[in-house]
Formats: sequence, C-alpha cells, structure tokens
Amino acid sequence: MTYTEIERQWTTRLRRRFVRLLPPEKLLPDTQPTYVSSWIYVFGVTTLAALAVVIASGCLLALRGPQWWHTSSVGHFVNSLHLWSVEIFFFAMVVHLWGKYFMAAWRGGRALTWMTGVVTFLTSIAAAFTGYVSQSNFDSQWISTQAKDGINATGAGAYFNVLNLGQMLMWHIVLLPLAAIVLTGLHVILVRVKGVVPPFEEPVKVSQ
Amino acid sequence: MSKRFRPDVDVAPWKGGHSPYDIIKEGTIALVVVGLLTLILAVVFGSPDELAITIKTWSNATPLDFAATALSELNLTSGTAQYGAPYNNASTGQQLGPLQLAKWVGARIPINTVNDFVIDPLKSLPAQPDLSTGLKQWSSASSATRSHWVSSYTKASAKMTFVNGQVTVTASDVGPLPVLINNLTEMARSGALDQALVTQAGFYTTDFTLPLLFLADGSYLASLADHQHLTGDQWGMMNETGNYPGQAWLWLYTFWYQIPPFNASGNGDVLVWGLMMALSVVLLLVPFIPGLRSIPRKTRIYRVIWREHYQSVAKE
Repeated sequence: MTYTEIERQWTTRLRRRFVRLLPPEKLLPDTQPTYVSSWIYVFGVTTLAALAVVIASGCLLALRGPQWWHTSSVGHFVNSLHLWSVEIFFFAMVVHLWGKYFMAAWRGGRALTWMTGVVTFLTSIAAAFTGYVSQSNFDSQWISTQAKDGINATGAGAYFNVLNLGQMLMWHIVLLPLAAIVLTGLHVILVRVKGVVPPFEEPVKVSQ
Repeated sequence: MSKRFRPDVDVAPWKGGHSPYDIIKEGTIALVVVGLLTLILAVVFGSPDELAITIKTWSNATPLDFAATALSELNLTSGTAQYGAPYNNASTGQQLGPLQLAKWVGARIPINTVNDFVIDPLKSLPAQPDLSTGLKQWSSASSATRSHWVSSYTKASAKMTFVNGQVTVTASDVGPLPVLINNLTEMARSGALDQALVTQAGFYTTDFTLPLLFLADGSYLASLADHQHLTGDQWGMMNETGNYPGQAWLWLYTFWYQIPPFNASGNGDVLVWGLMMALSVVLLLVPFIPGLRSIPRKTRIYRVIWREHYQSVAKE
C-alpha cells in the first residue's frame, strides 16, 4: 500500500480529524485555567460518578431477572443501591444544570454543550420514569395507571404503552440507558473540546 | 472588521494562568465518595416495595366494588369504556386547542370492555351448566336485547348486595346478567381472572394493560393510593409509597396539576404535557433566547460561583 493510499483511508482521516479536534492533552488535561476553582464543578463529576453507580447497580439487578429483588434480601439491597444512586444522580445533575445556567455556560461557542446536557437531562427523566413503572409492585401499578392519561392525551400512548411491563422494561434497561450514555459521552467530549467556560468579563471587541 | 462583543454569547480569550488538575484522580475520588454515599443511604433507608395488588385481593376486600366495576364494563360507563384513543373510539379524548392528538392516532390498543373484561374471561372457565347457558343466551341475543338487560340490571344495581359469597340484585328482565356478574366475581375472588386477563394474548406475556385498566376502573386501587398520599391532588405520581423522595425531579410537571386551569380542565393532561414540552424546548434553546440568556449576567450569581476568581482579580 502506498503512502497516498494510507492517507486516503477513512480510518486515517477519521483518526486525524479526531486527534485534531481533541488532542490527548485536551482529552485528559493535567492543568485547568485558574478560574476552575469552585464547589460548583463538583456536581458535574458527581453526576458522572452517580451514573456509573446507577449502571453498575442496574446491571447487578439484571443478573437474576426483574422479580429477584422482590424475593431476595440481597436483591432488595441491590435495588436500594439502584434507587439511591438515581436520587444522587438527579440531585447532582439538577445542581449542575442550575450552576451552568448561572455561569451562562453556553458562551464562547458552547451552545451545543448546553443542548446535549439538556437532552441528557430529559432522557434521564424518561429512563427513571420507565424504571418506576417497571418495578412490578404497587408503586408501578399506581404510577403507570396515572401516567397513562398524560401520555395517551398526546397520542404517544398508542406506541409507548406504560401499562405494558415488557415494553417499559426494555426501554428502561436498553434503549434509554444507551441514549443517556451516548449523550453523556457526547456532552463530556464537547466539554473537553471547548474547555470550561470562563467567568464574565467586561465587554471587549472581538475580531470576526 | 469587528463585531460588537455580546457578553451573553461571547467570551474573551483566557489570558490568565493555569493550575495543576488531575482529572483521573478527581473522577476516582468522586466515584468512591458517591459509591460510599449510595451504600450508606441504601443501608440506612433501604427502598420501598409495597406488594402489587391483584384483582383477587381487590374482589375479596371489596366484592361489591368489583361487581359494580364489572357492571360498568358491561354498560360501558367505566373509565376504560369511555376513554377513547388509544383503547376505543368512545370519545374524542383530550384536545390541545384544535389539536385532537389522541383521536388522530386512533385506537391502536383496541379494548372492548364487554368482551375483554367480562365475556372472554368467563368463556375460559370450566363448563358449568348455569354459566354455559348464560353465555349462550348472551351470545345469541341481539344487541338491543343485551342493552335492555344491562340497562335493567344497572337500574337495580344500587341495591346490589354481597351475601354468602354471592352478588345479588333483585331485578327482572335482566337475562343472564346475574349469572355473568356472579361468576365473574367468583372467578376474580379465586384469582383466575388475574390469569385470564394476562394470558389472552398467549402463554408468554409481559403486557399488563388489561388487568391494570380493570384495576384502575374500580375504586379500590385509588383508595389505597389515597391512603399512601399518592393521588393527583397529593402531588401524584412523583411520590412513592413510604417516606421516600420518589421522582422529585417531576415536581414541576406535578405542580401544574395542583393549580387552575389545569386541575379543573377536561383537557388538563394534554395542557400540562403541552406546557412541559414548550418549557423543555425553551430550556434547550436558552443560549439563543434574548432576555433569558441575560439573566445569569444580570443577577450576578456567577460572582458567588467564581468567588475566588473575582477576589483574585480584585487583588490585582
């Protein structure tokens, strides 16, 4: 294979483009601007850590099937881990979201970072909701029979049937987590590419 | 050529210093701390798991409520019978202004409450002389005759009693209705109706649409939910049984159900959903919405967030 042929390969082009966009020192930085020193930054990484615990505890629950946690004390404990990691996840994500709003973190070409964060938040709400209606206990009976009216009223209930346990469980353990993980990955990559938004400064002229 | 600096959109290049930052160490510490916190919360508080109720428990606890609900499936006055899309075409459903979203999509999960909740389950029972005769009488009757029987039974049902395991209504010209209602109640109390409703689609099933709708048509499920402070006027489905935080992140969605016009409108659900969709789009597009994107700069809360930075700038 000639040098030119290698240069033209899709793989070569994709690698070069990725490295140009996100060189290793940006992907895994060893320094940050001095303004990256505030308690608010804790909540972004806490959200990511909680997501990891949510996924790990969910995988443990999946090992023995959806009824396991009703009949086993170990299973019930794993369910408790799953529940509380979800609560921490949402608490951290909401504080992160409000923090980023008051930092106007979309400035400097970071609008897509903000938008992927919002979509991840909404996707996570859907993921948690499908978890609540998949519990196969009294809570899931009540929540699903109440929630159906809102979803049916939009017309979406014809395709997204919250009373169908199998459908909800599939969305909860496959489709929505996959979407949340991909969106989170995209969000983190955008943060690394664009860097952390600087504090507000006095207005200055920028060249176009 | 230069353009005016827009403080809510642009940033000036950072000309300050940098500090050491170990991203892997930070991530590892966060994972350990969150893992430990999760462990502590799980050990201390656990998680709720209130047993699911069954049609068997419902019909044994309040047999008259069950029998009345079964009758409402026959006389088409139940919530499911009158629902509209996606279950049937009994009503236009909720409207968002001129938009009849549910009706346009149609009855894609078709449910015939007479057959799906009453007649078909009864047909699955082992043959019994009175029930077999009653089912034959029902299936061979004209639609008008059935309606007449149901209407007569419904008029007399206010005096329905449950004595010695039998549902009794003193009425005439009601055809096989007493036999059907009584057998369905017995079937429910034995637990057979729970099975019949989930196995209509075959041996393997994970779809609980029918039993959940039947349960929701009665008042037993709602009374238990009310006791657990889970009903709509008690901030509804964002709660869960026991003293647990539930889906606290749904507070805004649930909030609208507590206030007019949403809590008084027949279109409340679709109005709340429409509003929440609109608010979600606004949140998504905050970076592009003048005014909304200026709030952070004008409120100056960022000075609390970047306190150390502004203190060091002030010193310089």
